[in-house]
Amino acid sequence: MPEHTFRVNGEQVTVNVAGDVRLLWVLRDILGITGPKYGCGINVCKACTSHINGKAVNPCAIPVADLQPTDEVTTIEGLPATVGKDLHPMQQAWLDHDVAQCGYCQPGQIMAAVALVRRAAAEGRGITDADLDGLRNICRCGTYSRIREAIKAGAENM
Amino acid sequence: MTGSHDGGLNEAIGRRRFLGYVVAAPTLVVAAELGLTPAPDVRLPTPELTELLDLNDMMTAAALPTSGLISVEVNRDGTVSFALPRAEVGQGITTSTAMLIAEEMAVPLERVRVTLANARPELVFNQLTGGSNTTIATYVPIRVAAAIARLRLLAAAATELGSAVTDLTLKAGVIANRSGGSVDIGALAEKAASTRTQQVSVELTARENFTVIGRPHNRIDARDAVTGRKKFAMDLDVPDAKPTMVCRPPTINGKVGSVANLAEVRAMPGVTDVVTISTGVAVRAETFGQCIDAVRALRVSWKAGTAEGKSDETVLRKLEAAELPLGLKPLTPTVEGKFTFYFRSNSALEPNCAIADVRAGRAEIWSALKSPLVAKQAIAAKLGLPVGSVTVHVTEGGGSFGRKLFFDAALEAAEVSQRIGKPVKLMWHRADDSRQGRTHPMATSRVRAAYLGNTVLSYKQRHTSVSTDLGHGLGEIITAMAARLPVGDIGFSQTFFHLSQAMSYNFGAGSQLLSETDKSFNTGSMRNVYSPDVTCARELIVDQLAARMGKDPYRFRHDFLRDDRSRAVLAKVAEVGAWGRSMPAGTAQGIAFHAEYKAVSAVLVEIDCRPGTVNRPIRDGVAGPRVTKVVIAVDVGLAVNPRGLEAQMMGCAMDGIALALTSSLHLRDGYFLEASWDNYFYTRQWNTPPELQIVVMPSTSEEPGGAGELGVAASMAAVACAYGRATGTMPTSFPINHGTLSFTPKPTVPPIPPSPTDGLNHAR
Ligand code: FES
Ligand code: FES
Repeated sequence: MPEHTFRVNGEQVTVNVAGDVRLLWVLRDILGITGPKYGCGINVCKACTSHINGKAVNPCAIPVADLQPTDEVTTIEGLPATVGKDLHPMQQAWLDHDVAQCGYCQPGQIMAAVALVRRAAAEGRGITDADLDGLRNICRCGTYSRIREAIKAGAENM
Repeated sequence: MTGSHDGGLNEAIGRRRFLGYVVAAPTLVVAAELGLTPAPDVRLPTPELTELLDLNDMMTAAALPTSGLISVEVNRDGTVSFALPRAEVGQGITTSTAMLIAEEMAVPLERVRVTLANARPELVFNQLTGGSNTTIATYVPIRVAAAIARLRLLAAAATELGSAVTDLTLKAGVIANRSGGSVDIGALAEKAASTRTQQVSVELTARENFTVIGRPHNRIDARDAVTGRKKFAMDLDVPDAKPTMVCRPPTINGKVGSVANLAEVRAMPGVTDVVTISTGVAVRAETFGQCIDAVRALRVSWKAGTAEGKSDETVLRKLEAAELPLGLKPLTPTVEGKFTFYFRSNSALEPNCAIADVRAGRAEIWSALKSPLVAKQAIAAKLGLPVGSVTVHVTEGGGSFGRKLFFDAALEAAEVSQRIGKPVKLMWHRADDSRQGRTHPMATSRVRAAYLGNTVLSYKQRHTSVSTDLGHGLGEIITAMAARLPVGDIGFSQTFFHLSQAMSYNFGAGSQLLSETDKSFNTGSMRNVYSPDVTCARELIVDQLAARMGKDPYRFRHDFLRDDRSRAVLAKVAEVGAWGRSMPAGTAQGIAFHAEYKAVSAVLVEIDCRPGTVNRPIRDGVAGPRVTKVVIAVDVGLAVNPRGLEAQMMGCAMDGIALALTSSLHLRDGYFLEASWDNYFYTRQWNTPPELQIVVMPSTSEEPGGAGELGVAASMAAVACAYGRATGTMPTSFPINHGTLSFTPKPTVPPIPPSPTDGLNHAR
């Protein structure tokens, strides 16, 4: 079986699995990292959103063979460590706004939010309503309004 | 049935005194009987059944004869534990439950640990999460148990500190006397314990002294949710429970004929087992990714399903044939309307899923189940095991919306595990969940209101629906209770309908009747069940009546609502939402009202139906009219956790917007076309109202009402009314975009789509 080496949440990992298995299943079923959730498997619902090298990606659509040994995968579990704290400011904003209901979508929502704020910052601007409208993550509990508030608040502290 | 229930044990002694138990145990365990709540008062039949008894009274009453105790435990580390016999699926009941305990025991909320109880057969009817009934049914018993714990702890502290109980105060989990001595409740956990079970009477904290109940609190599981630590069924590490998926038929409930390439698929990478089961061909593999590949590779010949050849049009004709007559048209002027509501999906974001480990003579199941007792019985029957040999663990659920009242995945997982003799972690693909999962049945509603001058003389509504499957325990409750109700033998769907539909307006004589037809679909009660459709139709007719009488829609409702509480929520949204403000052409306000679960709600929305908005570009989604503002006012009686209540109302608003504007299933040739969240248009960020305001009315009641579903009906209705006013045409078919298919349907063979491989190209 082919070996695949990459980094997850600050650690080098090597897995033995067919190269076309998508990263989501490598994380969940092989590595036991269950923060990224399954909601569709076709890069639509965004429940699995995680970061690769700081950018938002959807691991359900990435064959594990596409990863390089230096690629850094960050899941919700590894997000606080990227700022050296117990909680990332965006997670804190989520708590302050009591966003989560069932919570199933929220790891993906937070990871998408962090990447959005970074993207806007790289373009030298703040978050706009159009940015928020453009988020595709499903929340079937309908927490959208609190998500919008939390992103604006979280962005202040990033 | 009379107003009082039998047996001294349940009886409230005086106004706030109740009986409970100290249970023999090494540390302090206190208990109370679930069902310890004021009995509903059922009198003679009248035309307005909901005034006597609503669905919640029935569920509460059904629980009375049960003897199951719920117990609160004080631990040596000073924490307090409670296993809630309900399912947490996002509605916030673990938090509100912890608040009840924190209130009566004077311990900090952080010290209360609420878990979900396994299926407990002795609770009989009382382990069903539905009808927004949890807080209504558990409000008193949980507080009674906690209050007894407080008494016992104070008594133990008196001995420990050598003070009289009257000289002690319990605050933040610490008991102190006047001379500076203190002891933590953890240190008293053993000393306060009892060697024998004994009955104790206790007085509950008076409403005016509440410091926790009624104040906003954040969710107790929020930190777990935002750090990824919250565990759902598929996140559990049950040894050897490997990923499992099912290759499903191309039409609803089709059956496997034969499989052409079993051996070939068994040899695929990662695959451990392939087996034909009653619902399809199950595949077990090392990863779900390999399950997807194997499901797609299977070559199965299928037998016809239960809805073969059916489509929206054929079902509509069937509904027409089943419609009950409205009777002779009166001689006075009338307003009439006929409304169509297409199939909708109650898929949660977490798809149907369950873990099953079935061995010789025993079975263990893990799943988010709102009716774990019925699940346990059904699984035992399916496996041929005694009920006592099946253990059912209730896991945290990733949303429900009615879906988790059923246990389709648990039953399937048990079947697969038994067939292959190995544990399985079974999950439905999103496409399965959408196409083969349960739906809110398609329905029509016909309304006729007769009026003369400024009086509404009568209101008749005939709701005709594809059958709703209530066979998850709620049905059993209703069947069991129906004989004791003044409704005659009309079956439980009709009973349910009667119980949930109040007539809130002074509209003279009238009747609201349900007729059901066609059992060929997988249906279930979706959040707020019949009410969104029934209320939407009614409120649109209310707007028509107002127009005929030359009255403003708000004024008209205010004039005809029956009580002050109802008028107060309506007036509140009108005030906060600036009802009647002038708005540009193509935009408008809408207002609606709904009462249920011992609660009242009003919603005001503003909608923008101008072409520039409707046609704004959205990739793989529908734009359509945008709801730009939502104002909701609710009075649920006593709101245990106002912040949680606001969260539920926010979700209800998003559901209402989707139901009115965008979300439906299209039935063609015996299957639903939708197989993705980019096909089934639940509200997305681009549909979310930029302005949302929720007002929780100061409560005057001593009793909490239900909240999880309350706001859906009035939200949907308000959006529909606003749309009608903005476009000048009353909408009659929902959702309003159903006539336009806004996506390319995915193939049905293979039944699930491949996962894309270009994810890295979309990193952003
Ligand atoms: S599971 Fe990856 S986007 Fe839905
Ligand atoms: S919180 Fe339940 S899906 Fe978003």
